[in-house]
Amino acid sequence: MLDIKRIPIPALIGIVLTALFVLAAIFAPWIAPHGNAEIIGDVWEPMSAAHWLGTDNLGRDLLSRMIYGARITLFIAVLATALSFSLGAILGFSAAVFGGWYDTLLSRLVDLLMSIPTLIMGLVVLSVLPTNLVTLILVMGILDSTRVYRLSRAVAVDINVMDYVEAAKLRGEGSGWIIFREILPNALSPLVSELGLRFIYAVLFLSTLSFLGLGVQPPDADWGGMVKENKDGIVFGIGAALIPAAAIAMLAISVNLVADWVLNRTTSLKGGRG
Amino acid sequence: MADTKANPGQSKQGLLLDIRNLRIEATVYPPGEAPKNIVLVHDVSLTLEKGKVLGLIGESGAGKSTIGLSSMGYGRGGVRITGGEVILNGRDILKTGKDGFRKLRGREVCYVAQSAAAAFNPAHKLMDQVVEATLLHGTATRAEAEKRAVALFKKLSLPNPETIGERFPHQVSGGQLQRVMTAMALCSEPDLIVFDEPTTALDVTTQIDVLAAIKDAIRDTHVAALYITHDLAVVAQVSDEIMVLRHGRLVEWGGTRQIIKEPRQEYTNALVSVHEIEHAEQKPGTAPFLSVKNVTAAYGRSHIKVLKNVSVDIYPGQTLAVVGESGSGKSTLARAITGLLPPEEGTVTFDGRPLANRLADRPKEDLRQLQMIYQMADVAMNPRQTVGTIIGRPLEFYFGIRGRERDKRVAELLDKIEMGKGFVDRYPAELSGGQKQRVCIARSLAAKPKLIICDEVTSALDPLVAHGILKLLLDLQKEENVAYLFITHDLATVKSIADSIAVMYRGEVVRYGPKSTVLTPPFDAYTDLLLSSVPEMEIGWLEKAIKGRRMASAGN
Repeated sequence: MLDIKRIPIPALIGIVLTALFVLAAIFAPWIAPHGNAEIIGDVWEPMSAAHWLGTDNLGRDLLSRMIYGARITLFIAVLATALSFSLGAILGFSAAVFGGWYDTLLSRLVDLLMSIPTLIMGLVVLSVLPTNLVTLILVMGILDSTRVYRLSRAVAVDINVMDYVEAAKLRGEGSGWIIFREILPNALSPLVSELGLRFIYAVLFLSTLSFLGLGVQPPDADWGGMVKENKDGIVFGIGAALIPAAAIAMLAISVNLVADWVLNRTTSLKGGRG
Repeated sequence: MADTKANPGQSKQGLLLDIRNLRIEATVYPPGEAPKNIVLVHDVSLTLEKGKVLGLIGESGAGKSTIGLSSMGYGRGGVRITGGEVILNGRDILKTGKDGFRKLRGREVCYVAQSAAAAFNPAHKLMDQVVEATLLHGTATRAEAEKRAVALFKKLSLPNPETIGERFPHQVSGGQLQRVMTAMALCSEPDLIVFDEPTTALDVTTQIDVLAAIKDAIRDTHVAALYITHDLAVVAQVSDEIMVLRHGRLVEWGGTRQIIKEPRQEYTNALVSVHEIEHAEQKPGTAPFLSVKNVTAAYGRSHIKVLKNVSVDIYPGQTLAVVGESGSGKSTLARAITGLLPPEEGTVTFDGRPLANRLADRPKEDLRQLQMIYQMADVAMNPRQTVGTIIGRPLEFYFGIRGRERDKRVAELLDKIEMGKGFVDRYPAELSGGQKQRVCIARSLAAKPKLIICDEVTSALDPLVAHGILKLLLDLQKEENVAYLFITHDLATVKSIADSIAVMYRGEVVRYGPKSTVLTPPFDAYTDLLLSSVPEMEIGWLEKAIKGRRMASAGN
């Protein structure tokens, strides 16, 4: 039922690029020509046949760093997005279905969290807590889940008053059926497009944190951290910092293209078969 | 028939609109296939003389609105006029281009939309919107236009004609808004008005007022009109000629009297005779299985009671029709019975024991016995579930039937509602309006209930389709011995399906009893108003009905 010829070109570009990043991330140890923290040459060597992207501020192979960076960046962003989505969507849907004080309590709590700028909140929390992957993912996921909560609650409130939900309530269905079988499938299309966006925000947020020194800690580095490591080279006309920056931009755009296409497909009410 | 009329020449100087061989197409984009053209209107021709009214009638999809809008050179989203001529006041407007349309619309041709509530801008006062077109075309100064508007408000018998223009759209009732819209169309003194189902969304008791106002205004201003509707009885009151359309083709065109008295085409005949279903009244049994006793209910903590001391009984296998206009509390009664709105006072007894007031307190078995069918079938079914899931779920949920046994039962139910097995895998979006309602019926039947509450189940459907649904409901009642609580504002439906009737007015039951008693005079004032407001397929009915009324309708 999925015909490659029917996928529009922008989506195809998005899929290919995203797949490239994902493959690089998964198979990093096998693809990368050198180790992640292995110093193999001079500082900031230019691009050459031996080192396709040159070397970084400590003389490590930039291509290998990029590939390992993809692994760390995608790993954290995917887990943080998954956490923010499951948390935000389940709480948002249940708030819409149960209503009353439960809804009020959750919504005001979310308002409270959202009233503090995300970045500042993240910086404060991360500088207090021990910096490791788990805290990083938890902090990113929970902060992001407030936006998902808002969206899913808004969508679910609309769906909750539809006649088919009332019919299910009249039938005597429990809240599990109503949330997962009646509301979720109909809330999916706005959520899927949000998923793409949220994932990109997670990448950007992680990059920002790492750039500021609170994200992934050396010797590991995600792309944001690599921009930080190499940023001083820019003064000397060395573009090593631009390569991870470009990777961040490319990933953001390609994921967005895929999300757009998925959204278009799922808005059809005929099970995607036209 | 049509050909003789389409020939110009009989009274050429009086000819206002002459549409010749109109062809309208649209492009559809089925996913996975090349875009294709579909023809919406197939070479339809019509003529309209000055000061005359032509009724365009047909089911949804007949192309009547599309033809009506073409008289102002307009095609709704993506619809293209690809052939023919539209000659208005002696020139082909299709050749005049964008500027020509701009000069024409709102000046020579005006439009009255079906839903006035959606057509008015809620942010502007009525008067500003009524005179807007006149001012834009520069045919009158603001003062003149407002004077004209007030005169029109008076003519359309709106309350406080001097000041009603100062109100915002939400501050007047639906029937009044529809008349303000007619005033808006008449204000720029056009030659032609296109009425697109102006009374369809209104209550019967309000419809009659709006209809009378429109008819008087047309007569006094000598404007010509295209009157688009699916209700033949309505169009018979206002138009001089009627054109019957189906699937974008002309079926029959003739004088009003000829069409309703001596239809020459089979399809027209089907439209004319659609309301007649013979249903012999059943005598109420000995014991009602469900009785509503002195129920009073209100929304929220409001002091306004939506139901006041309502008592009705329902007997096994019989139909109780609840009639009344919008706001009379008939849907609220259904909500009180189902437990969606717990009554403040009074009880609902079922099989001799009281039902829990709140939905959450009722056992599954009680829920199974009371099923409900909704007015809008498209929102009553989850658009992401297939027909099989929709019908199969009650079987799983109440009886625990799964797998192949469930599929077999679903097939049986589909058979009962006169739809084939092929529909199991369809999504609601792939069904027609009538089929959707049938699936909803099957879903409620699957629970094997004692009572099905039907909330305006036919009012969103075309007359012929609605007729089929009513027949199906009656047949199913005989087979399954299920009782109906039939909520409707349409008395023709009531006559053809009910055994007993409860007439509701402002939250109270004003008349209740077996059908024959309720529909026999002497009537109370409200029942009389309701009965006399139902349009009859008879010329001159409107004047007679207005004259004979004893009270004004609530929405007026």
